Amino acid sequence: MDSVATIPLLELAHARSGDKGNTANVGVIAYEPRDYPLIRDRVTANRVGEHFRGLIEGPVERFELENLHALNFLLHGALDGGGTVSLMTDAQGKVFSTALLRMEIEVPDEVAERVRGRGRVPAAGTGESP
Amino acid sequence: MSEHPVRIASGQGFWGDDLEAPVRQVEGGPIDYLMLDYLAEVTMSIMQKQRSRNPAAGYARDFVPLMERIFPACARRGIRVVSNAGGVHPGECARAVAEAGRRAGVSGRAKVGVVSGDDLMDRLDELLAAGHELRNMETDEPLASVRNSVRSANVYLGARPIVRALQGGALVVVTGRSTDTALTYAPMAHEFGWRWDSWDRLASGVVAGHINECGAQASGGNCLADWWTIPDLAEVGFPIVEARRNGSFVVTKHPRLGGAVSLRTVKEQILYEMGDPATYITPDVIADFTTIRLAEEGRDRVRVHGVRGRAPTPFLKVSIAYAAGFKAVGTLVYAWPDAAAKARAASRILRERLDRLGLAFDRVLVEMVGWDATHGPLAGDPPRDLPEVQLRVGVRGPDRAAIERFTREIAPLVLTGPPSVTGFAGGRPRVQEIVAYWPALIDRTVVEPHLSVDFVDV
Repeated sequence: MDSVATIPLLELAHARSGDKGNTANVGVIAYEPRDYPLIRDRVTANRVGEHFRGLIEGPVERFELENLHALNFLLHGALDGGGTVSLMTDAQGKVFSTALLRMEIEVPDEVAERVRGRGRVPAAGTGESP
Repeated sequence: MSEHPVRIASGQGFWGDDLEAPVRQVEGGPIDYLMLDYLAEVTMSIMQKQRSRNPAAGYARDFVPLMERIFPACARRGIRVVSNAGGVHPGECARAVAEAGRRAGVSGRAKVGVVSGDDLMDRLDELLAAGHELRNMETDEPLASVRNSVRSANVYLGARPIVRALQGGALVVVTGRSTDTALTYAPMAHEFGWRWDSWDRLASGVVAGHINECGAQASGGNCLADWWTIPDLAEVGFPIVEARRNGSFVVTKHPRLGGAVSLRTVKEQILYEMGDPATYITPDVIADFTTIRLAEEGRDRVRVHGVRGRAPTPFLKVSIAYAAGFKAVGTLVYAWPDAAAKARAASRILRERLDRLGLAFDRVLVEMVGWDATHGPLAGDPPRDLPEVQLRVGVRGPDRAAIERFTREIAPLVLTGPPSVTGFAGGRPRVQEIVAYWPALIDRTVVEPHLSVDFVDV
């Protein structure tokens, strides 16, 4: 069996989140189309539900957008009533995106090698900085 | 009927967005239309409140001085402006815009189209009596349960009345609660003479509208992918849709402005506030976002094509706002060492005092800004040497007096609680009335006969 590594989803995908009432949505987008199947297989609605346990009250729905190499998650009961009702700092679910990208997933070693460090500002002095 | 692409520029993503952005869109290069979205879900109720205090208010006032600045260029170059700035008072907004046009020296050279009929506030009891329950789409409760607290009720209108205004020669179209997307696809439907059953073209227009409706969020703003590489956000160019007759379009921006348009920026915006992507419902068409095809076509150019659509539902969505109690949020800042432990202790003391006072709330929320306010339990335990943390406590409930008393319990913690506390210069927290959102559906045949399009000469 190939050896596997555990990496944060942050290194494979970017994301944007927003609100619809008391539901937050998180769109997760593969940086590279070739990584989409891996993300689709690993980042299931169940796993996302477990990941957000204690942070959301309702179920998680998942929709596939293979055309965009993306998944859309609906996190129900995530926003303390949502909009103007919510007491949360993030009443409109704007940063549930990065909360989801914290998720640790198992990937083949070569994938982990290829994507290492992505999603973060390159460290100063590495020569990677734009 | 034009064969060159029709250029529809986004100039405003919400009421409070970058005031200079629409001016940059007009001055930065060629465009045919400028769309300005001012309305979020609860904006209508804020405007309703303003109108109840001042009969001449009730719309996005920023729109008037903006039009005064850009009117001469728009009139000279034939740039048409489509905006939902009218809020709950589109007629008054149009009158003020026409006056701004006169001040700007374009008298006799422009007219303002006004779309109205979206406001159901005066018809609410009649509609309820006729059996339209206006059940909350999230909770299924009938509106009757909060009828007396309703502050505003507006139907989301589609593109048809905007197209009528454009056909009537309006240089500026002012609407009330139009859908955000219609502000972009109405110009497409008008320019290309699309039929109202051209589902795929209309659906493509909806995608264009969804990309345009949040301003710079499609052109590099708030973009998570390699955000540090996106140039010159200080003078960010908002997106521009270059639309073709068949519905396909290119998303771009003025080249000399900042920001970026790439597959990544466009995908992020497409997914923003997305529900079921195969069923994006609008008054004119249901768009299937899983059929969108994207292609990068050179620097800052993304082509969008292949979008499929189908017939809309017999319903229109109603945006209702109602008074739902009160809330207040208080904060204090605790410093190293043991900042988080101090903040937690302060929170416990505050809770105990609120309990002793016998104050009841529907909800009390404690957050530690600088540690768990955004990611909750995913943030783990605070690092032992956390340099500082802001304790943020919010309360919500029906009893204004209880919320008011809460606001007087924060400051005493400075002298009566854990040490190393600061950050209270702002004074007592403010009690806010909660005006909540009640989404509902209504049979479109009840609304459509009441729509009207009028014109005001500049």
